[in-house]
Amino acid sequence: MGTISLKNINKSFGSTEVLKQLSLDIQDGEFLTLVGPSGCGKSTLLKIIAGLEQQNSGDVIIDDKNVNSTRASKRDLAMVFQSYALYPHLTVRKNLETPLKLRDYSFVERLPLVGNFVPSRKEKKKSIDDLVFKTSETLKITELLDRKPGQLSGGQRQRAALGRAMVREPVAFLMDEPLSNLDAALRVHMRSELSELHNSLKTTFIYVTHDQAEALTMSTRMAVMIDGELLQLDTPSEVYNNPSSLRVAEFVGSPKINTFAAQISSDGSVEFMGIKLERKFNTNSQKALVAVRPEHLEITKDSNKPAFEATVSYRENLGSDIFYHVQVDQSDSKIIVRGSPAGPISNGETVRISPSHAEAMLFETSGERIR
Amino acid sequence: MLARHYIGESWKHGLLIIGALIVLIPFYMMVSMSLKSQQEIQSISGGLVGAQEIQTFPVCTKHGYTEEVCTMRPYKYNFWFAFKKAPIPRYLMNGLIVTVSIFLIQVLIALPCSYALAKLRFKGREFVFSMVLFCLLIPVHAIALPLYVMLAKAGLVDTYAALIIPWTISVFGIFLMRQFFMTVPDELIDAARMDGMGEYSIVWKVMLPVAIPALLAFAIFSVVAHWNDYFWPRIVITGNRDLFTPPLGIREFRGGIDSDEFGPMMASIVTVTIPLIVAFIVAQKRFVEGITMTGMK
Repeated sequence: MGTISLKNINKSFGSTEVLKQLSLDIQDGEFLTLVGPSGCGKSTLLKIIAGLEQQNSGDVIIDDKNVNSTRASKRDLAMVFQSYALYPHLTVRKNLETPLKLRDYSFVERLPLVGNFVPSRKEKKKSIDDLVFKTSETLKITELLDRKPGQLSGGQRQRAALGRAMVREPVAFLMDEPLSNLDAALRVHMRSELSELHNSLKTTFIYVTHDQAEALTMSTRMAVMIDGELLQLDTPSEVYNNPSSLRVAEFVGSPKINTFAAQISSDGSVEFMGIKLERKFNTNSQKALVAVRPEHLEITKDSNKPAFEATVSYRENLGSDIFYHVQVDQSDSKIIVRGSPAGPISNGETVRISPSHAEAMLFETSGERIR
Repeated sequence: MLARHYIGESWKHGLLIIGALIVLIPFYMMVSMSLKSQQEIQSISGGLVGAQEIQTFPVCTKHGYTEEVCTMRPYKYNFWFAFKKAPIPRYLMNGLIVTVSIFLIQVLIALPCSYALAKLRFKGREFVFSMVLFCLLIPVHAIALPLYVMLAKAGLVDTYAALIIPWTISVFGIFLMRQFFMTVPDELIDAARMDGMGEYSIVWKVMLPVAIPALLAFAIFSVVAHWNDYFWPRIVITGNRDLFTPPLGIREFRGGIDSDEFGPMMASIVTVTIPLIVAFIVAQKRFVEGITMTGMK
């Protein structure tokens, strides 16, 4: 079992409020990503769950037990750190054994020399050896067991750190940006490996990242946190397609979503950049913001389509797609449009841009979504 | 151009060479005198090793040895007589006991302190640390008298304890290790906590092995300082020759009827200096690393 729920967590360092009345329910076996820009309090939240940091108020409940006053090691959680935090003076084998020895051995059995004479230790040692071997096989690090962390590459250290977390067979894994120290190719590779690992272990994963791409690709649900608040908790596709507020919409998705100032008439019809949206909205506001993702803007030559004109200022070629950074003629705002590599458009060219009406989202100027 | 460049460089080297000579000449004199006979020392002749003529040494016969025993080559006589005159192995042993105990207890105290100062959050941490820095500024000589009085009241004068206890809390050690621990990532400590280690286990099983290079640097500072210390042992060891540390032992060779016999005296100094020189050569790389690492001196 690995259900974790957080109730009204508050945390502040001095006068800085890091977490504000945060509540979150994590289901057993789910891959939950805590995602948000740096400094939003996601790592602090993870440390509070782990028991490495104490909340000012609120409850942490693991498997229906309140663990507020339970020590980190007794919460039966395992953590993978950004810097891996392997013991540099111990071999990978010893690194993997350490948490097991600390959990399973009694005080006397842990003593050097003397411990060898306690008969019960032999049995425990065998089960530890088996577990270490099993884990190293799963992670394909068996041949690295006798090396020290300094002799391993980044990816290998990453695996060793995962191994140290796995041997304990915890109720949940906590991961604090575990992939951010790897190079780009390895990071993408490890994403899929982590997902596979999650599928085979079926244990709860709580994964902290500032990289929205990692959150979108790996998680069952993602929790978007900004400034110490939980803004939205939903599946990645729902968060991407149906963000609850402008801040979420702007954080998730790369390149960033485009926003336009819009006027709302009394009948609920919305007009922006001289284009009238087909849908009508139910709101009392007169001004609002329309947000459209770069892939929902189209560069068109069809003069019948409602469109606005803009000048291409920069082309970002990604191979499969080209993102055009364009300067809107009527205003001084810059937006980004996705185009296909076919039919090249050069810098300085004027293009007509037409939005997809179904995908345009409307937000209050304060940021709430208007549906 | 090139010649000019060399001239410009050479005066720097010349200056450095003169500096090196100033430092090295006393060592040269020490080694040379420990090998030569009294006449050669007094007439400043014989170069580094002297003629090494077999001769009978008058001071030796004065001490009641037969002439046959007292006839040998000067280098042999100097060292042989130094060991005969004073229990040098005993002094070396005392030096070893004192410096090693001081160092071990210093580590025992400094490591948990510096761990707390570097990695634990508690009220008044900055104040405690500023007190540590303040203590660095107090010269030993300023507190020597009160320390002596305290030890005397406790009846500890003329014991190993008097040599060791005043040095067991090394603020320099606490400061040095604290600076080093600041560079150890918090995640390593968090990982150890997740694994189930208590704070003391973290100090001894995680921080200690990680801090070995810094500890070695500190070991050299500490051992050199206390091995060479003359001031403190001179104060607290008042009569018991069995407790003499090497610097006190060397003093034995001064004064008395044979005060002007330099050969054996220098031989004893060479004997006392050798352990440190050997230790320095072995740890030279680490020593320099240690100094640059801490930015001291």
